[in-house]
Amino acid sequence: MRKVAIVGVGMTRFCEDWKRGFRDLVLEAGRKALEDAKLSGAEIDGMYCGTMAPGRLIAQEHAGALLADWMGLNPVPSTRVEAACASGGVALRSGFLAVASGYHDCVVVGGVEKMTDVPGADVVSALGGAGDQEWELFPGATFPGIYALMARRHMLDYGTTEEQMASVAVKNHLNGSKNKYAQYQNVITLDTVLKSKVVASPLKVFDCSPVTDGAAALVLMPLDKAKAHSEMPIEIVASAQASDTLALHDRKSLTSMRATEVASKKAYEMAKVTPKDISVAEVHDCFTIAEILAIEDLGFVKKGQGGPASEAGKTALNSDISINTSGGLKACGHPVGATGIKQAVEVTWQLRGQANGRQVEDCDIGLTHNVGGSGATAVVHIMKRAY
Amino acid sequence: MAENIAITWRRIPERYRLAGTQCTTCKTKFFPPRKICSTCRRKGKIESFQFSGKGEIYSFSGVHSAPAGLELEIPYVLAIVQLVEGPKVTAQIVDCTENMVKFKDKVEFVFRKIRSDDPEGLIHYGYKFRLVK
Repeated sequence: MRKVAIVGVGMTRFCEDWKRGFRDLVLEAGRKALEDAKLSGAEIDGMYCGTMAPGRLIAQEHAGALLADWMGLNPVPSTRVEAACASGGVALRSGFLAVASGYHDCVVVGGVEKMTDVPGADVVSALGGAGDQEWELFPGATFPGIYALMARRHMLDYGTTEEQMASVAVKNHLNGSKNKYAQYQNVITLDTVLKSKVVASPLKVFDCSPVTDGAAALVLMPLDKAKAHSEMPIEIVASAQASDTLALHDRKSLTSMRATEVASKKAYEMAKVTPKDISVAEVHDCFTIAEILAIEDLGFVKKGQGGPASEAGKTALNSDISINTSGGLKACGHPVGATGIKQAVEVTWQLRGQANGRQVEDCDIGLTHNVGGSGATAVVHIMKRAY
Repeated sequence: MAENIAITWRRIPERYRLAGTQCTTCKTKFFPPRKICSTCRRKGKIESFQFSGKGEIYSFSGVHSAPAGLELEIPYVLAIVQLVEGPKVTAQIVDCTENMVKFKDKVEFVFRKIRSDDPEGLIHYGYKFRLVK
């Protein structure tokens, strides 16, 4: 297996982007990534794009071919990858495997979601497709409702409080305020979260990630060829993925995501590192409780300590471990298929020392953690500088 | 999302009376009914199993932001109910408000309307649960 490096990254500003459509977003992110890699495009021999629900959100399937076409890359083989909210992370893993195997030498991996071209209720129902339609959504579950069931149980089992969950949103908005690509760049307080409207108790509006338009892209090459294209190649030292039951109720525990535990354990083994070695991590905070579960299941804190650690500021920028320096899904925004790729863009910037205004000091090793649904897919990547 | 008549008809035994399955090799019960046991795999033997409809609250939430079709229901109580036979199921808890519900409260199956597609469309029925006094 060959070593794989990221040689170029790019993303759009995440926002409600009324002026631009699906194709425009991918084109901008892809062009930025190619410019960053100093490539013309002729070198590209494979393409993967993560997008969750274009069929429901823009009435368009066949996104792989569409994107190769509109990026001017025909006849390069182009594959759409779908794993709900983990579509981006799984697309990255697909690109990684294609380069590692020796089959492709220069792969563009993109992620995109155009979410504001349909009414909000349609977005809610499209996102519901990440769960079990017949046995969760039909009887009346919503996605916030499913995460609320996890939150309530975590509160019962570990004493986690609504204030502790709120502190995750406050921290991520503070990080987002330092990121010009973030959807929300406003600083909020605990009161902002605690007094916001209840969506599914105990989760309130400010515990939830927003609806966002956006795209992100990466260029991958084998490490031995990467050095000719990039002064700052970032090696992907681990890529691991795991699956669990689609429905939350089928799991033994509601308070840990087994797919995250399994994927991260494999990733740490592959990278020969431990959670203590990670300086920066982009984790999947689709809801505040999800970040608390993530930092526990990834081994950054002990099970049950995610709430207190967040409240004590241990996950803030340049504290014990810098979590979601981009602002996370909460503040940077969550264009579903783009999220897993955006996480890798942010970690690349951090490792290169290019995260202006939110740079993690002595940043050597970074991790990304992308979850599909309520934890039925988890994908973890670990990256480090290769220069 | 609106469902066609066929899927509703196909799911009547499960939705109307909690019909499930069990693996007679390891005695694990499945609701919704599964056709393969992930523990025993090819050594498993799957047969029908009728659940009693009795269980307890495993986790719960008050849903205040409705999915399409349930706008008139909010706020409603959503829960994961652990059935006495083992499996957990996601369902609404009816005839109560959220502040009346506690962990481990006993509940029982009730047959209720779940939603209707539109004024002249199909009416979907199925399982909900209520607190046992």
